[in-house]
Amino acid sequence: MIETRGLTKRYGATLAVDDLSFTVHPGRVTGFLGPNGAGKSTTMRMILGLDRPTSGHALVNGRPYEELDHPLRTVGALLDAKWVHPNRSARAHLRWLARSNRLPASRVDEVLDQVGLTDVAERRAGAYSLGMSQRLGIAGALLGDPEILLFDEPVNGLDPEGIVWIREFMRRLAGEGRSVLVSSHLLPEMALSATELVVIGRGRLITQSTTAEFVESATCSSVRVRSPRLLELAEVLMRNGMDVQAAPGGERTLVVSGSDTDRIGELAAGAGIALHELAPHRGSLEEAFMHITGHDVEYTAGDPARDRTDRTERIDSAATAAAGR
Amino acid sequence: MSVIAAERIKLTSTRSPWWCAAFGVVATIGVASISMTAEDPTGFTGVTSTQLGYGLGMAVVMVMATLAVTTEYSVGMIRTTFLAVPNRTVSLLAKTVVVAVAAGLIGLVTAFGSWAIGLVLMPDADLALHGATEWRQVAGVALVFLVAAVFAVAVGVLVRHTAGAVAIVLTWALMIEQLLALIPGFEPVVTWLPFQAAKQFLLAGQTPEGLGLTEQPWAAMGYFAAVSTALLAVAIGVAKRRDA
Repeated sequence: MIETRGLTKRYGATLAVDDLSFTVHPGRVTGFLGPNGAGKSTTMRMILGLDRPTSGHALVNGRPYEELDHPLRTVGALLDAKWVHPNRSARAHLRWLARSNRLPASRVDEVLDQVGLTDVAERRAGAYSLGMSQRLGIAGALLGDPEILLFDEPVNGLDPEGIVWIREFMRRLAGEGRSVLVSSHLLPEMALSATELVVIGRGRLITQSTTAEFVESATCSSVRVRSPRLLELAEVLMRNGMDVQAAPGGERTLVVSGSDTDRIGELAAGAGIALHELAPHRGSLEEAFMHITGHDVEYTAGDPARDRTDRTERIDSAATAAAGR
Repeated sequence: MSVIAAERIKLTSTRSPWWCAAFGVVATIGVASISMTAEDPTGFTGVTSTQLGYGLGMAVVMVMATLAVTTEYSVGMIRTTFLAVPNRTVSLLAKTVVVAVAAGLIGLVTAFGSWAIGLVLMPDADLALHGATEWRQVAGVALVFLVAAVFAVAVGVLVRHTAGAVAIVLTWALMIEQLLALIPGFEPVVTWLPFQAAKQFLLAGQTPEGLGLTEQPWAAMGYFAAVSTALLAVAIGVAKRRDA
């Protein structure tokens, strides 16, 4: 179990991680999602005691990483596959790691076998391809047979074969009952391997939920409505707290978010407005991600009161535009 | 102990420390041989005459010690080290111990190698290790290398970049101190320069000339060790506070 409480990291004027609190529960794959530069790597480095938080703290099984005895037995991490000495062989690299945490030398051969590097173990790590380096990093993470694993963008730069291998490897690790925290800026990638998501943007927590909930809430929230009395309909919907926008490129069409087809249909019937089209619109995962992280940027940038007026104005103009005036 | 063992595996599992060691030994003995064959009999100062190449060996050993730290920083491997041993005092001290002991061993080989060559090249000279003074003048080289390695590790941890750290270590030990010694009126300061103290430790005869603290050979050695240890303490303190 990993917990962060109020974790904050400031580099000069830049706030890389801002008051971040989340929990990684044991026994599942948790995706750590955010656009590039959102603070994912910095957060992971702070969890692992590499970077010092400006304020707040991160705990692994209730203790700071620095206080773990033989930490490789509790936590395995692969943050950067290049953090090895290029002139040292893979086997020697794993040997010193094993020795530093009092792990038997036999573990070295076991993990080399697990990641399929046995045949090239005597070669110097600097001569490895990215995929091989990544496997060596994973071997190092598995050395202490840890219950918690952290991977930072593990599929970045890998060929399709390597991506599939990593993905299946992570599933297998979770299947063995380990907690896995894996970061990515790609939601579809996460949707394939993670059951839980921690989503951050600009260093702040946007949401923590199950992947299914996240995808559901993020992608199924809009409905296309076409009606001859569009302006009246828009008014009715807005009065009921829905977010109404003109459909891009669609004449006399609205995109309504924050509701479903049932409720919109009932409201229209109640007001006596005929509908020509009423269709749920499921966006792609990328759209959902952009929508959600974009939202966060919007909220952090402006003051909330002004933001509300902006939105009302926008809806008005949207409705006017959609009505074709 | 397991952390020390891990650092030993690190130091011995790449080639460059072995090359440094071999080069240091050969070059030091080579320089000592040349100086002994060219020796003017009137300049003979006993067994110290066999140790005139020690500065070169010390420079090589300090480069090795600096690299042991800065290569880890340059490739980011220091983070792997701190992941395995998050107590930075422990991990950096273990590295220092291993590197310093290696430097001491190289010092022993060069010192007695140079002395043995001396026996061959100067068969008529009195090179016998009569007592504590002669033993200090020969075996002391190992101690000087060991402490010099601690100094170099500390600079490596502070500076982190290979080029910068090596430049600082070498120019300080080989140039700046010597240049300061040439400036008139600087003599009182010079005896307090760490590598000048190390030199005093190696070259002082049986009855030291002056009465200053750093003119007593063992006090000079203690001073050299104290400066290097203090520098290491500062370096570890800094490493603990900053992001890896």
